[in-house]
Amino acid sequence: MKLVTAIIKPFTLDDVKASLEQLGVLGMTVSEVQGYGRQKGHTEVYRGAEYAVDFVPKLRIEVLIDDAAVEKVLDAVVEAARTGKIGDGKVWVTPVETVIRVRTGERGSDAL
Amino acid sequence: MDTGDTAWVLTSAALVLLMTPGLAFFYGGMVRSKSVLNMMMMSLGAMGVVGVLWVLFGYSAAFGSDVGGGLLGKPFEAFGLSGLLGKESLFGTIPTTVFVAFQAMFAIITVALISGAIADRARFGPWLLFAGLWATIVYFPVAHWVFDFDVKDADGNVTSAGGWIANKLLAIDFAGGTAVHINAGAAGLALAIVLGKRVGWPKDRMKPHSLPLVVLGAGLLWFGWFGFNAGSALAANTTAGVTFINTTVATCTAMLAWLLVERVRDGHATTLGAASGVVAGLVAITPSCSSVTPVGAIAIGAITGALCALAVSLKYRFGFDDSLDVVGVHLVGGLSGTILIGFFASDAAPAAVNGLFYGGGVDQLWRQAVGAVAVMLYSFVLSLGLGYLVKFTVGFRADEEAEVSGVDEAEHAETAYEFGGFSGSRGAGKVSAAAGASAVLEGSKS
Repeated sequence: MKLVTAIIKPFTLDDVKASLEQLGVLGMTVSEVQGYGRQKGHTEVYRGAEYAVDFVPKLRIEVLIDDAAVEKVLDAVVEAARTGKIGDGKVWVTPVETVIRVRTGERGSDAL
Repeated sequence: MDTGDTAWVLTSAALVLLMTPGLAFFYGGMVRSKSVLNMMMMSLGAMGVVGVLWVLFGYSAAFGSDVGGGLLGKPFEAFGLSGLLGKESLFGTIPTTVFVAFQAMFAIITVALISGAIADRARFGPWLLFAGLWATIVYFPVAHWVFDFDVKDADGNVTSAGGWIANKLLAIDFAGGTAVHINAGAAGLALAIVLGKRVGWPKDRMKPHSLPLVVLGAGLLWFGWFGFNAGSALAANTTAGVTFINTTVATCTAMLAWLLVERVRDGHATTLGAASGVVAGLVAITPSCSSVTPVGAIAIGAITGALCALAVSLKYRFGFDDSLDVVGVHLVGGLSGTILIGFFASDAAPAAVNGLFYGGGVDQLWRQAVGAVAVMLYSFVLSLGLGYLVKFTVGFRADEEAEVSGVDEAEHAETAYEFGGFSGSRGAGKVSAAAGASAVLEGSKS
């Protein structure tokens, strides 16, 4: 099993969710996060004084999937989240030792 | 006694009272979320302390018989408002108590205005002490100078002498450009110097935590300000009508002018700029609303809105942390509105004086300038003294740890916002079970 973690622009969430649903991915966890990459931050002005906002709001999506689905899921996320402009985010994959469904105690792929 | 006048001034007093909680929102939204409660409590605290002092001796000190030279009223003449409660006690066409109530609200908000200069770092108790001292030693005398007019009998003889700015200098300050705004602005500058910069300022920019609160506050201030200005007519009459419309239109143009400066200088018209422009316009029209035409009010609003939008950057140049721009908005706006009377006063308005632009020469202009500068210097010097007195006796400023973690928690044992949190889950209340579980975990570690 794999954990796919994606940092995306908040407004692309609905597209990413829809394309994952099409692939049969049955759940996801979304968190509001802040950070910066090459996009850096932006500048706000209050009463004429400039404020550098270093951390940009992003969403972090986490989905647990079977090994066989990795490439399709990655393609789907990347395509749905891409605008072609700086700040589109990153996606990475990490191996997962095991998964347990709390309600039934099922383990491994059955718990996905 | 006139019942219409009395009804309007009673209403106006309530309107002006609302300005102080309005100010709490206006200021509270501009500070960081960890100190919004302390910011609001400084306004509420001023209401408590100054309201009591006003009734005990403040009213007498401001409007009692002059002790000489137009400098102060006799503070114990009507101690606790004694002698003012009867049917025969009138102030013009309204009961004296109604006038006392109306003016009480002016004293309260003037003190509350100062607090914007010391956001994020003041201790609450010392602030209350300062509020009481400042009201007594600075506001009550200055209110006497500016607001206490001579009372004359039918033959024109003075039966009760008032303050020097109102009666000898003859500067026009209808509702408190000098006594309220220059006064509070100069005191704000003094306290910003006494307390010093916030930790990290100006390197760390401290952005407002809730602009919607700022807009709510600006709205309440504008609403209440109709009582402040049109209520100062002390009658439901033509002067109230003229001052009402001038208060409206000067505020409109000041907001637009502030936004225009921002658009040209920074690229965007901001919400904070609009709210700030509203207050700058209200400040400027406060002294001048009875002496200019609506066209003059438009000009005063536009000039002051632009001026204040530029003035709020001065603190970075001079290095004083006037956190919420009490100087840039109230001192500069108050000076602007007071002095521009000398240019824009028109005898078509109720005050019936012509300024420089209306063929009146410089006569009114120098009177305005002298009044403005006198109040500014008096307030600045004494506020500095009172500020240092509080600082070196009980201490004025929160310690650094409290300031960084949040003065709300340190001073009031509260935090403003609770987002969900983890309370109310199934395990809540099972204290002994939770304690037992943690004991097992600790045991497994060792």
